Amino acid sequence: MFAALSLSGGLAVLFTRNVIYAAFFLLLTLLGVAGLFVLASADFLAIAQLMIYVGGVLVLVIFGVMLTNKTDPAADASNQQPNRIASQNRSTGWVISALVAGSLFVALFTLLARANFALLNQPVGWQSTVNTIGRQLMTEYVLPFEIVGILLLAALVGATYLASPLAKSFRNAAR
Amino acid sequence: MQPVDSHLFLIVGAALFSIGLAVVLLKRHAIVVLMGIELMLNAVNINLVAFSQYDPDRLQGQMLALFVMVVAAAESAVALAIVLQVYRHFRTAQLDELNELKQ
Repeated sequence: MFAALSLSGGLAVLFTRNVIYAAFFLLLTLLGVAGLFVLASADFLAIAQLMIYVGGVLVLVIFGVMLTNKTDPAADASNQQPNRIASQNRSTGWVISALVAGSLFVALFTLLARANFALLNQPVGWQSTVNTIGRQLMTEYVLPFEIVGILLLAALVGATYLASPLAKSFRNAAR
Repeated sequence: MQPVDSHLFLIVGAALFSIGLAVVLLKRHAIVVLMGIELMLNAVNINLVAFSQYDPDRLQGQMLALFVMVVAAAESAVALAIVLQVYRHFRTAQLDELNELKQ
């Protein structure tokens, strides 16, 4: 059921013509992926998915959509809908990308249907992963943990600077 | 609790990755291209988690999925900031209409 939820959300992102609708269908997809994480006995990752993606990234995306959808009165008549996703104007682009993505999916599907992973036949137990993840973060993965913390800090500070309207005036003043 | 067949996770991951690739290739709006990248990263995470449930002692797949999630959040923040500045400059976010580096 969660698989159907996320796949239909993804297909709706593919086929919708409006950026706002695409953002909300992306919300559907991310919720479905969180449900799949729970079914794969990854409870901590499911909560992290809900908090990071649904709570953070998606709100950011919706802010981006809302900040970039102002109508331009000087635009031509084909540009009336502000949130339109221009994709239908080139049938060749449509055919090529559908061919690439569809053939990739068919290849992966036949590969996965024929493959017989010895790992997947083992029994799997259900237990909470929070304890293990915490222990691993503080022992084996402590260096990547710190590096990713620094990376996140630098990226967020840089994004704040880039998005601020002061950035351009600072640049002009420094020139 | 009934364990789910793991082939389902792999097939859903493959389908989501293909959909994300199609979105990236097909759409001409910068934010929708970012959404396609998020879809592909989620597909990769599904695969990592699906294989990680057979490794309950070390959980390497889930740790990698966690780091992928953090890096994806940073990437989307920076990319949206750039899209915002591009929109302020060009008054559009359609990728086809961005055709110059300097005004």
